[in-house]
Amino acid sequence: MRPLLALLLAGLLAAAAPARADTELTFYYPIAVGGPLTKVIDGLARDFEKEHPGIKVNPIYAGNYDDARIKALAALKAGQPAQISVLYSIDLYELLEQGVILPWDDVATAADEKAWLKAFYPSLMMNGIYKGKVYGIPFQRSTIVMYWNKDAFKEAGLDPDKAPANWNEMAQMAAKLVKKDARGNVQRWGVMVPSTGYPYWMFQAFARQNGHDLMNPEGNRTNYGHPDVIAALQYWRDLGAKHKVMPQGTVEWGTLRQEFTEGKTAMMWHTTGNLTAVKNTAKFPFGVAMLPASKQRGSPTGGGNFYLFKKTTPEERKASLAFVKWMTTPERAADWSIATGYVAVRPEAYETPKLKEYAAGFPQAVVARDQFKYATAELATFQTGRVRKLLDDAIQAALTGQKTPAAALKAAQGEAERLLKPYR
Amino acid sequence: MKHVYGWLLLTPAAILLVGFTHYPAAATLFDSLFSTGTGVRPSRFVGLANYAALTDDPIFWQVLGNNAWFALGTIPSSMAIAMLMAIWVNDRLPGRALARMAYFTPTVLPMIAVANLWLFFYTPQIGLLDQIGALFGAASHNWLGDPDTVLACTMVMVIWKEAGFFMIFYLAALQSLPPELEEAAKIEGASRWYFFRRVTFPLLMPTTLFVMVNATINSFKLVDHLFILTKGGPDNASSLLLYYIYQVAFSFFDTSYASTLTVVLLVLLASLAVVQFQLVERRVHYR
Repeated sequence: MRPLLALLLAGLLAAAAPARADTELTFYYPIAVGGPLTKVIDGLARDFEKEHPGIKVNPIYAGNYDDARIKALAALKAGQPAQISVLYSIDLYELLEQGVILPWDDVATAADEKAWLKAFYPSLMMNGIYKGKVYGIPFQRSTIVMYWNKDAFKEAGLDPDKAPANWNEMAQMAAKLVKKDARGNVQRWGVMVPSTGYPYWMFQAFARQNGHDLMNPEGNRTNYGHPDVIAALQYWRDLGAKHKVMPQGTVEWGTLRQEFTEGKTAMMWHTTGNLTAVKNTAKFPFGVAMLPASKQRGSPTGGGNFYLFKKTTPEERKASLAFVKWMTTPERAADWSIATGYVAVRPEAYETPKLKEYAAGFPQAVVARDQFKYATAELATFQTGRVRKLLDDAIQAALTGQKTPAAALKAAQGEAERLLKPYR
Repeated sequence: MKHVYGWLLLTPAAILLVGFTHYPAAATLFDSLFSTGTGVRPSRFVGLANYAALTDDPIFWQVLGNNAWFALGTIPSSMAIAMLMAIWVNDRLPGRALARMAYFTPTVLPMIAVANLWLFFYTPQIGLLDQIGALFGAASHNWLGDPDTVLACTMVMVIWKEAGFFMIFYLAALQSLPPELEEAAKIEGASRWYFFRRVTFPLLMPTTLFVMVNATINSFKLVDHLFILTKGGPDNASSLLLYYIYQVAFSFFDTSYASTLTVVLLVLLASLAVVQFQLVERRVHYR
């Protein structure tokens, strides 16, 4: 009897819902890090609905960033409703070229809404602004940080509370941290930087640290062939080939966190989005530091932004604005940061009692924020898939010793020039 | 009236066949003659320009070469292993059902799950392979991060996954062989090997053809593992044709060029199937 009753009730509710003329929002979102985040998002959507009767939110988990973009675009093409989506911050140019997104400036017209557009960290807005208009509202955003194993540092006779501050120090300290068994086989590497999945992202950090960005803000020019950029790739290659502190060949993005928590590498570069997962699985004290400097410090930002789609009614746009504003309030940004390790997207979030308390007990959580002043936009250009893959292939060819860094990057730059010329 | 009835009977199958096989193939061919349109620039007729671009695309040639190696590496070995396993579990041996189950299990698992398992086999140091190697004092190897080993690694995994599936076909064929043949051979005093070479193997030829066609198609069709294991890297060393098509279509959004690549894949598979059926079938049936 019970299930039947429940079914009946559910049927009644479903039938009753449209009668109240709700505005329904469907949004796709990706997850690229560990942890039960779909539950968190669903919970947030329910909380929002409670505070905003009349608006219904259907969050749809859509896989990784690539899947999410494909699904959202396919849904739009098929005429299925999706009003907003969290998509890769670097999909901006692609979405512009497809002509499917609207600037938030068009809907955020009241004074407080205009102020809201300016409430975020400027380095997080770099990937979201085109020709002066805001298309992407930062949501699940990350940067690259260095994690280090304090026990390993102690064992190697290093100060466990001091991470390397520059490239030379990193290579030297890593050399001390390499541990070999009696046969000379490596038991623990000094440092690992992942080079599958998102090699261009890691490389942006190296290039930035060596003084250069890899593209211009208009997204129609790349800078792969600059001597300093080549030197940056040479340093990455040398960590494996010359200094022997990192495995040769490519390092897998997906298993690196386990290698670190199993103690197979003393340091790793990884996204802040993994911070909570590392915190929950590492059995040793670990530190989080800004990435080391060469000429300067530097890291790209990364992650997902909220986009507003063009095919929406005025009511849906208003509801979307309300929802995204609600999702990015300082309190929510603080909650989301604590749940994932992603950075809180606006400065006020770090002033909330919750996040202050969390950071006091777990200072690793604010390193990413402090690194913002050195941060740069993530690689995004027109033809972004191809232009990015050229760089990915060049990096992997150099790291596996198939090509020299100079030859690989110059060839990639030549191809990128050809692809981007029509956009100037 | 009679032929109307006949056509009516054919209609459901014909609709499905046309809708999901012939129309998409024709549409793909059509699309490959146009440029990719975007919201800003509409698509236009470009003739064979996409095909010209294809011959100049080094990655296309690389993935085609990879695919040839992948086919050569996986088809004969998975078939041989399948036949061996089938003959073994066809015999009366203790725990036969369990052995059959064990061989068939990899087939039941989804490829994505399999790839996630094998990802941790191949992971340097903490992976199963390296842990076993370490017992014998072998140095850790970066299996998936080395362009020289990555393709072979994916092949081993695919063989492991595929062989059990093909075993089922061989097992079915073996069960349908008349037992008199074996009895007659025993009376004549034929050795096991002689019996296999002159009787079992030739009688299995139709199954072998069927399995070979399937294995060939699969070697071009199976790319799920690449999403998990390597994403085609390092530097396209493990990428396969279909995975490249996916990248061009959904990561580069170049649907026209993806159509062009798809046409190549279609032609390739169609001609392979024709060759296999026409040439091999003549020598398949035991006379």
